[in-house]
Amino acid sequence: MFDNLSDKLELTFKKLAGQATINEVNIGIAMRDIKRALLSADVNYKVAKKLVEDIREKSLGESVIKSVSPAQMIVKIVNDELTEIMGGENQPLNLPPKKIPAIVMVAGLQGSGKTTFCAKLAKRLKKNGKNPILVAADVYRPAAIEQLRTLGEQIDVPVFSVEEPDAMKAALGGLEAAKSGAKDVVIVDTAGRLQIDEVMMAEAEALKNRLSPDELLFVVDSMMGQEAVNTAKAFNDRLDFDGVVLTKLDGDARGGAALSIRQVVEKPIKFMSVGEKVDDLDVFYPDRMAQRILGMGDIVSFVEKAQETLDLEKTMQMQSKLMKNEFDLDDFFDQLQQLKKMGSIQGLIEMVPGLNKMVPKQDLENIDFKPIEAMISSMTKLERKQPEIINGSRRQRIAHGSGTRVQEVNMLLKQFSEMKKMMRSVNRLAKSGRKITTENLALDKFLKR
Amino acid sequence: MGFFDKLGLSRLKEGLSKTRDTLKEKLAFVSKGKTEVDDEFLEELENILVAADVGVETTLDIVDAITERSKGKTYRSEEELNEMVMEEIRKLLVESSHDHPVDFDAPLSAKPYVIMIVGVNGAGKTTSVAKLAHNYDKAGKKVVIAAADTFRAAAYEQLKIWADRAGVPIIGQGQGADPASVVFDSVSSAVSKGTDVVLVDTAGRLHNKSHLMEELAKIMRVAKKKIPEAPHEVLLVLDGTTGQNAVQQAREFTKFVNVTGLVVTKLDGTSKGGIVLSISRELNLPVKYIGVGEKIDDLQLFDRSSFVEALLEKENGKAEE
Ligand SMILES: Nc1nc2c(ncn2[C@@H]2O[C@H](COP(=O)(O)OP(=O)(O)O)[C@@H](O)[C@H]2O)c(=O)[nH]1
Ligand SMILES: Nc1nc2c(ncn2[C@@H]2O[C@H](COP(=O)(O)OP(=O)(O)O)[C@@H](O)[C@H]2O)c(=O)[nH]1
Ligand SMILES: [Mg+2]
Ligand SMILES: [Mg+2]
Repeated sequence: MFDNLSDKLELTFKKLAGQATINEVNIGIAMRDIKRALLSADVNYKVAKKLVEDIREKSLGESVIKSVSPAQMIVKIVNDELTEIMGGENQPLNLPPKKIPAIVMVAGLQGSGKTTFCAKLAKRLKKNGKNPILVAADVYRPAAIEQLRTLGEQIDVPVFSVEEPDAMKAALGGLEAAKSGAKDVVIVDTAGRLQIDEVMMAEAEALKNRLSPDELLFVVDSMMGQEAVNTAKAFNDRLDFDGVVLTKLDGDARGGAALSIRQVVEKPIKFMSVGEKVDDLDVFYPDRMAQRILGMGDIVSFVEKAQETLDLEKTMQMQSKLMKNEFDLDDFFDQLQQLKKMGSIQGLIEMVPGLNKMVPKQDLENIDFKPIEAMISSMTKLERKQPEIINGSRRQRIAHGSGTRVQEVNMLLKQFSEMKKMMRSVNRLAKSGRKITTENLALDKFLKR
Repeated sequence: MGFFDKLGLSRLKEGLSKTRDTLKEKLAFVSKGKTEVDDEFLEELENILVAADVGVETTLDIVDAITERSKGKTYRSEEELNEMVMEEIRKLLVESSHDHPVDFDAPLSAKPYVIMIVGVNGAGKTTSVAKLAHNYDKAGKKVVIAAADTFRAAAYEQLKIWADRAGVPIIGQGQGADPASVVFDSVSSAVSKGTDVVLVDTAGRLHNKSHLMEELAKIMRVAKKKIPEAPHEVLLVLDGTTGQNAVQQAREFTKFVNVTGLVVTKLDGTSKGGIVLSISRELNLPVKYIGVGEKIDDLQLFDRSSFVEALLEKENGKAEE
């Protein structure tokens, strides 16, 4: 029924909208809905229960303020509460500068993304001037070593492994290899294990005791349901890990598991994995995650990431073209190339409030760039400047010339016009100093229809 | 320990048949000494279902159905009450159709019979392919595995090890190859060699990436060039630890390929996989198999009764207190 928490809250608050003050009755309705929404986002039911109780207390306590509606007030309280639980600041990886080699070890359930994360981390550390080595201490899963080796080759980081199925031997050997090879960080990949598997948990514990890692990270899939919190707790009870890595955030799970884990285990979430490629790693921003769980998007990350990667001058040009309504298909193509550079476009779209609703399901990342290139180059100069003139017969000609189907040409033109509309809205909002929120974008789009 | 471990993983059906006694013990919590449905009972049931990842809506529907059905009724015994509750939940789980038999011994409607395995990253697809290959092989069927995950690092190497363990041939073209072409090769080879079953392992893909989803549709189209009815089955592998997002996964995968059933993995852990109730209900998809471990033998035919019992089992709730 509801895709995400914000939709649900919106409705809840609509119900409350007519009422001037928060009282026991309307707060009761709101809290029930908030709880359901939290559960739908995979927040653990016990955590959700406690959270809702806290929110209720706070909301009632604040019922005196007259200038805001109850709905607005509760939204703020919910948001503040979640943000607080997620932890204040982003906590960096804590590698003591003097200790050589520093040691990072990962642990977690099967298939959560440990091996991929190890490679991503190695790449990131390398970029920051470190000289890491990867150690294959998953000696069980078929071809786990080969997997790490392949990833190591991709990022040009050496991988240490042993022949025998002995994780301890691999780990200690890796440590030696680091010392003799003048490596300054050792990243130990381990096998996936269930928290109820005593033998495997004992292995992890032994590894921890022998290695004394500077960072022991628990890797968890953001799609995980109610058991995430018990799993994290069991790993923490046993291993007392230092931080959490949240993976597969390029998906569309709300990630309520993160909130539960944070609440119950009280260890910082340090990284988020946002794709299958070795670059798809980001540090973790608690406030943004809270917003994601709420489904409110993440404009800050978007802007920052855009600033990092986009060719600024081009973007400025583009913007001015947009303002003057001169943005054409040539620019569209350029823009797509730029967005492509930014990594996961879907991820970026998800981060921007409103965009996730407005961009058609055939999202940008999924555009295969080759046919687009072919289509655009099959257009005349005039067509590229004025896509409006591309009628049925022109579409057929373009499809024919580019070896695509008319539907694909239609899709491209549709996406182009959607994008144009949306970018105009974003620009107008930015210019007028209004906040870029779903509501404002929708309003703007409506007004300028 | 998860419920399925306790069965000693004894193979398949026989392992899952249970006596009334254990059943009573297992379910004592919902209806401890109770013979009627009261608020306390309903609240506990609700918590258990939510904690099992059933999801709020489906949970509330179950609770409503049980409230309705038990109105004014007193049951003769705890067991009778339990049975009523379980029956209501079982109703939500659709059964596999006869065209797609779950039994490995059953005759298949086509030769070769092409089964494509799909799902998100890390769900357990490759391991499930290996387990299925092993079971079909044991049932005396001639199997070939198509290595259509050409993306993930060492995906082929992993599958090759499994194929060797299962003792079945594998066809692949190495990393970066076109998966559709691997499938075409495999199906062609199966046709010429008189193979019974082609198991297609595909790369993990998140359902919100439509270019990857398109790729799946393309693989299907290419398979059809050789055999119009292929793939005869598409199994969506769901990680049993997944929460509400699993419904979205199932929705999206069914849009791009005609999913015929589910494999729910990792049920040897503490998660219950309750989300399949919502999926079954909304999308009419049967669960065919469950994964209960990392070994080649750790696959079981899905059994509705055992699944529902496990769902309602107390220990999950207890562990959290
Ligand atoms: N989409 C996506 N896939 C991921 C991410 N992290 C890992 N994966 C994929 O998830 C699967 C399991 O990852 P792997 O690193 O082998 O997990 P491990 O079993 O914990 O070592 C692989 O297919 C990875 O490519 C992520 O952040 N996003
Ligand atoms: N405990 C447990 N682990 C499983 C099960 N099925 C698969 N796995 C593990 O989950 C991880 C990912 O499995 P894999 O088959 O490579 O997933 P894929 O990425 O979907 O192909 C591996 O470590 C497997 O050993 C299961 O039923 N139970
Ligand atoms: Mg691994
Ligand atoms: Mg695989």
